[in-house]
Amino acid sequence: MRIPCPCCGSRDRREFTYYGASVFLDRPAEDAGLEAWDAYLHLRDNPAGVTRDLWYHDPCQSWIEVERDTVTHAILSTAPVARRRA
Amino acid sequence: MTQTHRIPGKGLLIDRARPVRFTFDGVEVQGFHGDTLASALLANGQRMIARSFKYHRPRGVMTAGSEDPSALVEVLEGSQQTPNVRATTQEIHEGLTARSQNRIGSLRHDLLAVNDWLAPFFSAGFYYKTFMWPRAFWERLYEPAIRRAAGLGSLSGHHDVAVYEKAWAHCDLLVIGAGPAGLMAALTAARAGAEVILADEDVRMGGRLLSDQPAVGGLSGPDWAARTVAELAAMPNVRLMTRTTVTGAYDDGTFGALERVGLHVPAPGDLPRECFWRIVARRAILAAGALERPIAHPDNDRPGVMLASGLVSHVAKWGVNPGRVVIFSNNDSGLATARHLTAQGIEIAAYVDPRAIPVTEDFPVYAQATVTGTRGRHGLRDVAVTHAGGTSMIPARTLALAGGWNPTLHLTCHMNGRPVWEESLAAFVPKPGMVPGLSVAGAARGRFSTAACLADGVEVAGEVLRDLSLRPKKTPVPEAEDAPYAIAPLWAVDAGGRAWLDFANDVTTKDVRLAAQEGYASVEHMKRYTTQGMAPDQGKSSNVAALAVLAEATGQGIPATGTTTYRPPFVPVSIGALGAGGRAEGFAPQRLLTSDAKSRAMGAPMIEAGLWYRPSYFPRAGENDWRTACDREVAQVREAVGTCDVSTLGKIDVQGRDAARFLDFVYTNTMSTLKPGRVRYGLMLREDGFVMDDGTCARLAEDHFLVTTTTAAAGLVMRHMDFVHQAFCADWDVRLISVTEAWAQFALAGPKSRAVLASLGIRADLPFMGCTHIDLGGVRARLFRISFSGEEGYEIAVPTRYGASLFEALLSAVHAEGGCAYGMEALNVLRIEKGFITHAEIHGRVTADDVGLGRMVSAKKDCIGKAAAHRPGLTEPGREQLVGLMPVNQGETLSAGAHLYNERDLATRENNQGYVTSVAPSPTLGCWLGLGFVKDGRSRMGQVIRLDDGLRGHKVLVEICDPVFFDPEGGRMRG
Amino acid sequence: MVDLIADKPFQGLPLSIGRASVEGMDPGPVTAIQPFPGATLPMPFPQAGQVLAQGGGRLVWAGRETAFLMGEAAPDLAGLAGVTDQTDGWAWARLSGPDMAAVLARLCPLDLRALPVGTSARTMLTHLPAIVIRTAPETLEIGVFRSMAGTLEHELSAAMRAVAARASLR
Repeated sequence: MRIPCPCCGSRDRREFTYYGASVFLDRPAEDAGLEAWDAYLHLRDNPAGVTRDLWYHDPCQSWIEVERDTVTHAILSTAPVARRRA
Repeated sequence: MTQTHRIPGKGLLIDRARPVRFTFDGVEVQGFHGDTLASALLANGQRMIARSFKYHRPRGVMTAGSEDPSALVEVLEGSQQTPNVRATTQEIHEGLTARSQNRIGSLRHDLLAVNDWLAPFFSAGFYYKTFMWPRAFWERLYEPAIRRAAGLGSLSGHHDVAVYEKAWAHCDLLVIGAGPAGLMAALTAARAGAEVILADEDVRMGGRLLSDQPAVGGLSGPDWAARTVAELAAMPNVRLMTRTTVTGAYDDGTFGALERVGLHVPAPGDLPRECFWRIVARRAILAAGALERPIAHPDNDRPGVMLASGLVSHVAKWGVNPGRVVIFSNNDSGLATARHLTAQGIEIAAYVDPRAIPVTEDFPVYAQATVTGTRGRHGLRDVAVTHAGGTSMIPARTLALAGGWNPTLHLTCHMNGRPVWEESLAAFVPKPGMVPGLSVAGAARGRFSTAACLADGVEVAGEVLRDLSLRPKKTPVPEAEDAPYAIAPLWAVDAGGRAWLDFANDVTTKDVRLAAQEGYASVEHMKRYTTQGMAPDQGKSSNVAALAVLAEATGQGIPATGTTTYRPPFVPVSIGALGAGGRAEGFAPQRLLTSDAKSRAMGAPMIEAGLWYRPSYFPRAGENDWRTACDREVAQVREAVGTCDVSTLGKIDVQGRDAARFLDFVYTNTMSTLKPGRVRYGLMLREDGFVMDDGTCARLAEDHFLVTTTTAAAGLVMRHMDFVHQAFCADWDVRLISVTEAWAQFALAGPKSRAVLASLGIRADLPFMGCTHIDLGGVRARLFRISFSGEEGYEIAVPTRYGASLFEALLSAVHAEGGCAYGMEALNVLRIEKGFITHAEIHGRVTADDVGLGRMVSAKKDCIGKAAAHRPGLTEPGREQLVGLMPVNQGETLSAGAHLYNERDLATRENNQGYVTSVAPSPTLGCWLGLGFVKDGRSRMGQVIRLDDGLRGHKVLVEICDPVFFDPEGGRMRG
Repeated sequence: MVDLIADKPFQGLPLSIGRASVEGMDPGPVTAIQPFPGATLPMPFPQAGQVLAQGGGRLVWAGRETAFLMGEAAPDLAGLAGVTDQTDGWAWARLSGPDMAAVLARLCPLDLRALPVGTSARTMLTHLPAIVIRTAPETLEIGVFRSMAGTLEHELSAAMRAVAARASLR
C-alpha cells in the first residue's frame, strides 16, 4: 500500500501511522453535551466503500486526511489536516 | 553413479568441464555445474527422490520448475538445514548435502509405506471420522501420533544464522517472466525509455524458448533469447533479475519477489542466501507463461512419470536421457513434444491420445486410446495402454503426461480477482483489471504459440507505455511457429485403482468424488475436506483437474464450480527472507545514552526502556545482587547525593506568541500563568478523558517553553501535540519540535546536590521549580531545579556532544561528596517512596482524579480530554483510586500485578477491590512499599486488605495508606 | 570548574566495503527554522525536498514547515520563526560510491528517482527516522537521531557487506 503524502509524494505505508476516522477533526465545543462527545469519541461508520481517515506521516510529521475505498483499496485523495485552519 | 543417463552433447545449462560432487542420502553423486538436484539425480538414473505425503508412495521428478509437487528434499545441515526444498530449483554445488524426506528407514524401504497398503482406510476425511472417540484421546494420543507420522522435512532446531536480505526496487514497468512474451515486452518498453525490471524465476532467461527451442527470427530459441537478453543487459534503464520469483501482487503497484541469491554457492560468506524484494512499479506485465497439467489415470504417480514439458526441459537444459518414453496427451502440444523428442533421437515407444488423430507419425501412435495403468515398484517399468484392440503393456522408462496448459495467472488473483473459464483452451484465463496496473501477456493469458507470445509482448507493452506517457518505438515481431492449440479435455481415466490429482498431498479422483458425495460440493469445501491444493505447491498442477472432476461429480460444469482463491506467495518464502535483518541488533534501533560506555564500564547491567538502554544499577565490589546495590544507592541519595542520566525523557521545544495558549489547550492545568524561569508539573489527557502522560513544563522565555514527557510516551506525545496543532490550531503562532536528542540531561539528587553544583562552578541559587541558562566551562547549558526523588534535586542539560564528559565530571563530584551514580532500580525505589507516578500507574485506564490529581484539571478553560473526563462513568463513586500499600508484617514482600481483596473474600473477579501497579523494597522505611489502585481508596486509609498474587501464589495482608510514604510535606525537596 | 570535552557520535566510521563507503561528517551548526504562519523571513524558505544555498551554508527542507540551516550560524528570526539548535540532535554520515543506491535499497523504501541531486527527503532507514540529502549522483548525506548512530553503523555495514558479496556472483 502506498499513500501520497501531500508533502513528500508517494510513500510506502510503513512510513505512516494510522489514527482513525477523520471524524476526529470535528471536535465538539466543551459544552456540546454528552451525546455529541460520545458520537465524536466512539461512534464510527464502517463503510464498504469510501471512507476518510487520518494518517500521520512520521518522517515529515504531517497529519493527513486520506480518502480511500475499503473495497478496492484505492486511495482517492489526500490532504493535510492543517489546511482546514491555515 | 556416473551420469549414465546423459545425452552426449546436450544440455544448455550444464558445463561439462565443471563436475560437481554432492551427496544424496549420504551417497556421493556427481553432476555438472548448472545442474539442479533433480537433473543431476535423473542424469544418474535415480528416478525415485521422495516418499509421498500420506501413502509414502515412491515419487520422482515431475516438472523442471518451482511448481513441482513431488520432488521435495531436505538440504544442508546444522543451522542451515532446509526442509521441503524443490529438487527442481535447487542448483547443485560442491559440498551440497541432500536427503529424501518423510520416511522411516531408507528411501527404498520406507516402513511407513504400509500406509499405501492401508490406503482403502485413508480416504478423505479419514482422520475426522476415525479419531472421534474417546474425545480426550484426540489431544493426547491421536494428534501427536498423527503429527509424528505426517509432515515432510524436518527443522534442525538451531537458529538460522545465515545472512538474508530484504531490499526495495522501483521502476516504471515490472515484467514478470522472461519467456518470449516477457522478453518482447521488456524490449519494447526499454527501447521507449521506460525504466524496466525484468524478473525471471529461472537461472537463465528465455522461458520455454530454452526448452522447446523453436526457431525465432531465424535463430534458435535459446540464441534469440540470449541475443535479446544481451541487448536488454546493455541498456542503462533495464535491470535483469534472474533466480527471482515474483511472489505476490499488493496494493498500489507493490510486488513481493524472492531472489535466490546464494543458495547455489558453496561458501556464501556475506552473500545472502535469499533476498526478499519489494518492487514498486508504476505498471506491471505478467508474462509468467503457463503450467502444464497431468492427466489422472491409475498409478500415474510412479517415479518416471513426468509432465511432458518437464521432460522436454530436462532433455534440453540438462541433457537428461529419459530412456524409452510413452507420451499420454489430450492436445496438440503433447503431439508436438513427441515429434520434437523424436527429432532429437529420443525413442518414443508410444504416443497415446484419446482423440481421433491421424496415425502418420515416425513413432507408434495410439489414437482414441488412454493410459490405464503403470507398473514398476520403485520406478516406471511398463505403461498399460488401452485402445480399440485391447490393452497393451508397453515397456518404458518415462511416461510423459500432457493434459493441457493452465495460464500462470496466480498473481492476477492476489487482490481477490476471479479468472474466467475459456472453453477453447479448457483453462481459466485472467480478465483485464484484476489487479490495478497489472496487464497480462502471452501464455499467461492463453496465447500459447511462440508467435502469439512474441506479438502479445509487443502489444501489451505498447498499451502500458501509453499509460506511462511514453511513445513506443516500432519493435518488429520476429517470426516463429504459430501452431494452433487444440485440446479435447480429459481430466481423469477411470479404470479402477487410484488416479492421482494432487501428488503433493496424495489426493486422488476418488477423494474428490467422495467429497462431492458427502456434501462438500463447493470447491472451497472440497479443497479443505480433501486437502487438495494445500501442499507447498498450492496445487499448481492439480487445481483445475480437481475442480473438473468435482464439476463432473456434481454435474455443475466447470464455470459454475469456479476455482479456489490463489493467494500470495506464489512460491514458499522462507521466514528468514521475510524477517531479514530483523535479528539481534537489527530487531529495533538501539538508543544509547552518552553515559552508556561509562555505565557499562562501571559494570552496570543495562535494561531496555523503550528503545533506550539504561543502567539498572552500579554494583560495587562485593555487591552480588541488584538489591544490595540498589539499597546502597537509595541510601546514598537520601543521605548524600546521587546522579542519574535522564536524557531519555522526551523534550519538546514549543515557541511562538501562542505557545502558552497552545499548552493551556494540551495540558489540564494552566501554563500561561507560569513565569519565565519557572517550571510546572503538568498533566495531559487523551481526548477520551484518561491520562496520557505527565511531565514538566519549563518557561524558558515569554514565547519559549520546554516540555518534558516520560521516556515511554515521548513519541506518542509529539504525535499528539502535532495532531492538536495541525487539526485544531494550525493558524496559531506556535511551532513544536523535538529536542530530545539535542540535550544530554543528568539529575542530581540529595542533600549534597548543591555542594556538587558548587564544585562544578555552578551557583545554585535557584528556587524549587526554577530554571535558568548557565555557562558550564564555556558551554551553554540549562539548569532545572526539579525532583523525582523527593530530595533537593537539579537537572543539568548540556548539548549532547558534552554528555559523556559531563557524566564523568558529575561522577567525580558526587563521589567527592560521598555520593554515587544511581540506576533505574534506585530511581524506581526513590519515586515509589514519594508516591510519584509513572506509566505503571498512568496505564491508559485512569483519570486525573483516579491518581489524585483531579484538582489539576482547570475549571477555567477547555483542554484536550476535559469534556470526556466529566462523563458520568469517570466521575462516579466506586472508581479505583491511587493508594499506597504497606505490608502489615514488615518483613513481607509485595508483588506488582497482584490483585486486592477484602481480607475474608475469595479471590474472584466479583470480589476484586483493586490491584498493585508498582512495588519496591524501601531501605528508607525498612519494608516493601506498593502503589496500587483500590475502589474508593482515598476513603479507606488504614484499612487492611489482602494482596493476592495468583500467578506467584503469594498472599500478603497490606494496609492502605497515603501514596506518599516519605517526607509527605516535601520539606527535603524544597530545601 | 568543569572542562567539558565534545565527543563524536560514530565509533566505527569511516568504513569502506566493496564499492560503497561511509564516513561520519560534521555539517557545522544545524538550526531548525520553523516560520510562524504568515511571517516573511529575510531569506527564501525551501519547499518540500528543496535544498537552498544560504550564506556559506545551506537551508535544507527537513519536514513539515521545517528547514535545517546547516553550516551557517542562525540569523535572528525572533517573532518570525521558531528557532532551535539541532546541532547535537543528529548524527550525520556520508554514504557514497557506485553501490550507494544498492546499499540504500537494502534499508530504505525511498525511490531514489524522487531524490535528484540537490534535494532532501525525510524517510526511514530500517526503523530509523532519517533525513537524507542527495549531494551527488552517488553521494547521500544521512542524518539520524544521535542516540541511534550505532544502529545506523550496524545497518549500513550489514547492507554494504551483503551488496559487496554479490561481486562474487558476477
